[in-house]
This record gives sequence, C-alpha cells and structure tokens, in this order.
Amino acid sequence: MVEATEIVKIYGSFRALDRVSFDIYDGEKVVIIGPSGSGKSTLLRSINKLEEIDRGKIVVDGMDLMDPRTDITKVREEVGMVFQSFNLFPHKTVLENLTLAQIVVRKRSKPEAEERAMALLEKVGLVDKAKAYPGKLSGGQQQRVAIARSLAMDPKLLLFDEPTSALDPEMIGEVLDVMKDLARDGMTMAVVTHEMGFAREVADRVIFMDAGRIVEEGTPEHFFTAPSHERAKLFLSQIL
Amino acid sequence: MSIEAKKQIIDVGDGAAIPRKSDRGLFTAWRIAFFGAIGTLLYLIKVKPDPYLNILKFIPDGILVTFQVTLGAIVLASVLGLITGLGRISKNRYINGAASLYVEIIRGIPLLVQIFYIYYALGRIIQVPAILSAIIAMAVCYGAYMGEVVRAGIESIAKGQQEAALSLGMNSRQTMIHVILPQAVKVILPPVGNEFIALLKDSSLVSIIAVADLLRRGREFASESFTYFETYTVIALIYLIITLFLSKIIGVLEERVSVNK
Repeated sequence: MVEATEIVKIYGSFRALDRVSFDIYDGEKVVIIGPSGSGKSTLLRSINKLEEIDRGKIVVDGMDLMDPRTDITKVREEVGMVFQSFNLFPHKTVLENLTLAQIVVRKRSKPEAEERAMALLEKVGLVDKAKAYPGKLSGGQQQRVAIARSLAMDPKLLLFDEPTSALDPEMIGEVLDVMKDLARDGMTMAVVTHEMGFAREVADRVIFMDAGRIVEEGTPEHFFTAPSHERAKLFLSQIL
Repeated sequence: MSIEAKKQIIDVGDGAAIPRKSDRGLFTAWRIAFFGAIGTLLYLIKVKPDPYLNILKFIPDGILVTFQVTLGAIVLASVLGLITGLGRISKNRYINGAASLYVEIIRGIPLLVQIFYIYYALGRIIQVPAILSAIIAMAVCYGAYMGEVVRAGIESIAKGQQEAALSLGMNSRQTMIHVILPQAVKVILPPVGNEFIALLKDSSLVSIIAVADLLRRGREFASESFTYFETYTVIALIYLIITLFLSKIIGVLEERVSVNK
C-alpha cells in the first residue's frame, strides 16, 4: 500500500526525517511511536503529502508522490486522515461534514451520500447527532465524527495523527474502541499515538522513531518486552 | 500540533461604530445620536420651514445619487476585494505580486486624488458619465482595502481546516469554496461593514467631479440662497442618520451570522 524509500524532510537546518524507509502492507496496522519531535507526525503527513518531502521516494497505492504528473487529490481520495484537533467543519452539521467530500469529490448523489453517512454514524454510535453542529459535541464525539468522515470516502488506508492526544481521559476509550472496530474489519491503518495499550493490542508492527530515524521496528511483543536499542528502552521506561 | 490560539482583534473602523448589545455605552450613544439627529431635523423644519423645508425638498435627488454611487461602489469593490484577497494569498508569484502592488499603490494615494485622476484619465480614452467614473474610482480604492480584509479573514481560518479538506481529496478550489470562504465570511463581515460605512461617507468626495450627490446638491442650494450654515447643518444631519442606520443594519446582520454557528 505504501512504499517509502530513503525519505528526507528538512526544516531549515533541522532534519525532521533522515533517510527513512518503510512499507505498509494491505490490511496491516502499523503503530508509530516515539518522543515528541522525533518525526513521527511528519512521516505520517508525508504519506498524503500534507508535508512535502525533500528527497526520497514514496509510492502510495501504485501512485508515485514525487512524480509531478501524479494528481495528489487522487492519492488523498484513497488515504483518509484523522487529526489530533479533529478539524471538523464548524459551519456544517455532522451529516454535512460526512457528505461534503462524497458529493464534491466522489460525485455521489446527495441521497446516496446521506445513506452512506448515516450508516457510518450508526457505526460510531452518533446517529442522533446527525443534525447537530460540531461545536455542540464533546471532544470524543467530534473525533468519532471525524473518523466517520474519513471512512465516508471509502479509503484504502487511514492515517491517525495522535487521535486521542487532545481528548479528556474519559473520552479516549470511546475513540480507541471505534479504531479497534476498524482494525477488526480489516482496514489498513497507520497510527501515531502515545496509547501503548492500543499499540500492544492492535498493532501488527510497531515502529519506534527518534531524531528523524526509525530506531526500532517489530511486533508489539518484541518491542514491549525485549527492545534492543537503548533509546527505545529509555522511552519505554519513561512512558510505561 | 495546532492548538487554536485566540487572536487579539483590534477592530477600529473609520466609519460610525457598529452598535453591539455587548457594548452598552455605544448602544446608548447610537440611540441618542440617531434619534437626536432625526428629532433635530424635524424640529428645525417645524420652527423654521424657510429655509429648512426648502433645503430638504431640494436634496432628495442628491441622496439618491449618493446611494447609487455607494451601492455601485460596494458591489464592485466587493468583487475586486475578493479577487485581490485571493490574489494576496496565492502561491503564484505573479498573481501575488500583482495583487500586492495594487494594494500598495492604491493605499498610498489619497482617495480624492484617485477620484480626480480616474475621472481625467478615463476622460482621455472614452467619455463616461461622471457618476460612472466616480463609482469606478471608489471601487478601485475600496477594493484594495477590502482585499486586505478578505486576506486577513482567510488567514484567520485555522490551518487544520484546509488540511482536513485536502486530506479528503478536495482540490484547493473546492477547499476554498466549501470550507474556507464560508467560515471566513463570518470573520470578514464586521470589518467589511465598517468599510461600507466609510465608503458611504467618502462618497461625498465625488461631488468634486460634478456628480450631483447629496453634498453637491446642498452646495448648489446654498450658493443660490446664501444659506450656507443652514444647508450644511441639514446635510450633516442626513449623513449622520444614514450612516447610523447602516451601522445598525450591519450590527443586526452580524448578530444573525454569529448566532447561526
């Protein structure tokens, strides 16, 4: 699904990504962890080109992101993203948030888009909020709507950029539950998170980043029980 | 990542201040000024019909022309402002450069000079009615100011909104139309309202190129009857009533928009 080779991203003199290579296979759930500033969000955001990399190669669903002939909107149609700050459209109702891109980008009819939207709201347990504006919803509810909004496009891959970091503790569970459901349904997912419980339970593979590099990579069992690198050990000791 | 920061906004226009319910003092001041002006006008007509009633009978044509110039300039300036604002945030160097240059030049020249200039410059190419020339001059000037308001409005919308729209596969045009502009309008409306009021007041400048607006009609009457003081009293009161009325409408509009959130 994603093949990234030797990608480099530089801000001024700071190397946010330093020759990083990784793949995401169809149906795989990859969890990316690491200290803040380690480049994990930048890595995730380079997959749908919200960050443009300076060097290297990324191929997503067969489309080369560095090729100027590639229509980036086509890539983004297939790659959903869930943000830390939800980023729902505040001037549109929950239902309209879910139907907008379906109608504008996927060219679905309004009834068709609404039917799909309602089915997804059912899935995230928010059917009764369809007519509400995002401002009236709790953080947890907003994030569930945001996930449903991404799903409405029927993406092949979903990116999560610290989806629970802006939430009050009591709301983290409801969002993680929705994400676990998605994982069970076979969605291909790349998740940047500090929720180690989620990583352990859901991840097929854990990627640990530090200072713009992938330091350690492996199954959750391997990573959480026997990390081989000092920095990974240090990080785990601080966070667990 | 991006935690939305509350931006400090200093909203000081050069038109009549928009009365908001939250600003009690201003709200009261608006009432006193508005009804006071109407009362004074009525009182003057009653006690001294000559010349006050005669003045009032003479100037309605001028009020109409003032409205025509103002409305024409508002519509044209809004279009220009939107284009300029979008140009100012464009990543295309040439579009951005052109929009910025327009803003810099226009903002550096007094409106009165622009009105003269456009009137005589246009006159060299084609004969246009003075009123059309006046509308164009006002629109060109206010388009630049409004362009800056539009730009600031668009930039005030959190970056996350754009990223969310893009990540759903929308192109930048769709993002602008469906996500950014509808939200920016709410931010833009109060300062644009201020610009409208300022524009209405500045429209009195066009009397200089023989457009028979409110001020010009007043001057015509005054110079015939030698009632300068009385005439300009009426003119001032009428401008005051109109601008205060307009500021009220904008205040109400603004409240409507902010309720619907």
